[in-house]
Amino acid sequence: MKVPGLLGATWILLRKDLLLEWRSRSRINALIFFSLATLLLFSFALGPDTALLRRGAGGYLWLAVLLASVLSLGESFRVERENASLEGLRLVPAPARAIFLSKALANAVLLLGLAMVLVPVLVAILDVRVVLPLPTLLEILVLGALAIAAPGTLHGAIASHARARDVLLPLLLFPILIPALVAAAKSTALVFDGDPMGQVDSWLGLLGSFDLLYWALGFALFPRVIEE
Amino acid sequence: MVLTAAVLIYGAWLALAWAPPEREMGDVYRIMYAHVPLVQMGLLAATINFACSVAYLLRASWRTDALAEASAEVGLVFAALGTTLGSIFGRPTWGVFWAWDPRLTSMAVFIVAYAGYLALRRFVDDPEKRAVWSAVAGIVIAVDVPIVYFSVRWWKSLHQMQSSPKTVDPQMVYTLRWNILGYFLLFLTFLGLRYAIALAQRRRETTVPEPARSVSRAVAS
Amino acid sequence: MSAPVALDVQDVSKRFGAHWALARLSFQLPRGGALLLTGHNGSGKTTLLRLIATSLQPSSGKLTVLGLDAATAQEEIRARVGLLSHAHFLYEDLSALENLEVLARLLGRPASAARDAVARVRLDPRDDRPVRFYSAGMRKRLALSRLFLKAPALALLDEPFGELDPEGIADVEGAVTELRAAGITLVLATHQIRQGQGLCDQRLHLETGRSVSA
Repeated sequence: MKVPGLLGATWILLRKDLLLEWRSRSRINALIFFSLATLLLFSFALGPDTALLRRGAGGYLWLAVLLASVLSLGESFRVERENASLEGLRLVPAPARAIFLSKALANAVLLLGLAMVLVPVLVAILDVRVVLPLPTLLEILVLGALAIAAPGTLHGAIASHARARDVLLPLLLFPILIPALVAAAKSTALVFDGDPMGQVDSWLGLLGSFDLLYWALGFALFPRVIEE
Repeated sequence: MVLTAAVLIYGAWLALAWAPPEREMGDVYRIMYAHVPLVQMGLLAATINFACSVAYLLRASWRTDALAEASAEVGLVFAALGTTLGSIFGRPTWGVFWAWDPRLTSMAVFIVAYAGYLALRRFVDDPEKRAVWSAVAGIVIAVDVPIVYFSVRWWKSLHQMQSSPKTVDPQMVYTLRWNILGYFLLFLTFLGLRYAIALAQRRRETTVPEPARSVSRAVAS
Repeated sequence: MSAPVALDVQDVSKRFGAHWALARLSFQLPRGGALLLTGHNGSGKTTLLRLIATSLQPSSGKLTVLGLDAATAQEEIRARVGLLSHAHFLYEDLSALENLEVLARLLGRPASAARDAVARVRLDPRDDRPVRFYSAGMRKRLALSRLFLKAPALALLDEPFGELDPEGIADVEGAVTELRAAGITLVLATHQIRQGQGLCDQRLHLETGRSVSA
């Protein structure tokens, strides 16, 4: 058997990361309940005018996912720090870029799953309807999850080795994600409210470009971040 | 520094006394002569930081790292001041301290992002790692702020349309240019000082004399 | 490519911030040799091993591992060097076999190689339990099995005897003898000079980052 190349190594590591996430699924359950709690918090803080809440539904979804992402990204790197496993991977040698791709994809999958759980909850408690076709909604969720995962993995690696890592990760990540947050929230709002002026495609275009840019940037810069 | 002070004082006089009052806004607009240069210097600082970040990753050098740190800090202060002044200008003219338009929003993101950059620098103790990680963070921020600007531009804008010199009283243009020069010199002064401090810090952190040659060999046991 | 000298350390220093962990170290280790690296905590043993493994880069000096320059040929060196770190490199939530399977696949080896490696250190490949539930001795053995799986040309062992009972210590001694018999070059860092001395033919003693006469 041959030593795997970049894609092969990415696949192997992705399976490892997904397996690790699955093994700590009680943590994932806790994460889901955390996000539900956040949604409730928003509703209570901004309610009880249901019309107002309904208008903000797109924003709440992505805020909840964003807050949860800080926890999941933090955990994703804690696991590597525990027994210096990241160093172990580097020494195999596993390509640093494969480590980036696998971690970012694993986190994206987790966030996508979380978003998919939250949508029906939003529909139920805020009484919104999915007006646009489901594939469009799915596209938004996928692109949004990817948008958070790439810079999240890059900064997650940096923060995990610094002091005050719990604060540092959101501090570094949130400003960067604002364009993606805007695009995702706006397009989700259109999914719930309807899109008479056909704006969804523009927002998806923005989100998609953001994704391409930050995945490329992460791919290029991650090896420098983890080398010592 | 004397030159800086002189230019600034001249610029301030021009701004406050000499330039004519604006057609619609009266004397209130004069704060623009500080606001505009301050923000411009903030953006210049960000450009310097981006250049240093890229440069450091290509070729590690304490000078580049020190300049990156200095430009981020000085730039943050100038940008924050400039945005605050702009906000103060907004109150009597638009009726609000804040509005969600492209420029203001980008500046808000700018300020928070570079505050995060400086926090990162503070929370990493190892100088080499600090330099590499800040360079990465700096690049990510520099790419992001323009994106924020352009994405918010899809929304309506309240911000003052940038007047081109031709449509503006030549006396105002003159005033503005002198003030820009003055603030530029002020920026350079602060940048230079901060750079020197950062470089000295770097030297202190890393230059411990390498111990003399060690004496022994491995021995067979 | 078979260099007669497995390890050539020339005037290597390593600085962390303002502290020199290693200072102008020079030595050579011939192929097939076994070096006992001794010194107190903080003397630089782990740093030296990590430099050889190319986990770190020296602040100055030149390091040649198996004929390859550590400054430029990291991937090739890493493929041929195995590091047994006291941090284990294990994932707590995966089982013993799962941990080894990740390594096996990344090395391009079949899953059966992972099973054999686990069995070789007297652990049960069919044990589903996450490594979290293993004792310190079992973890050490699992970390050792990673080394066997990789079958490197140069093996670096950082405190392999730590946390082990007499049976475990005998395991490690047996493993070291096996590695040497297979012609693998060895660097063994330990406080426990008695254990190590019988297994190695050279010794390097570090004191605050420099070598001193043994």
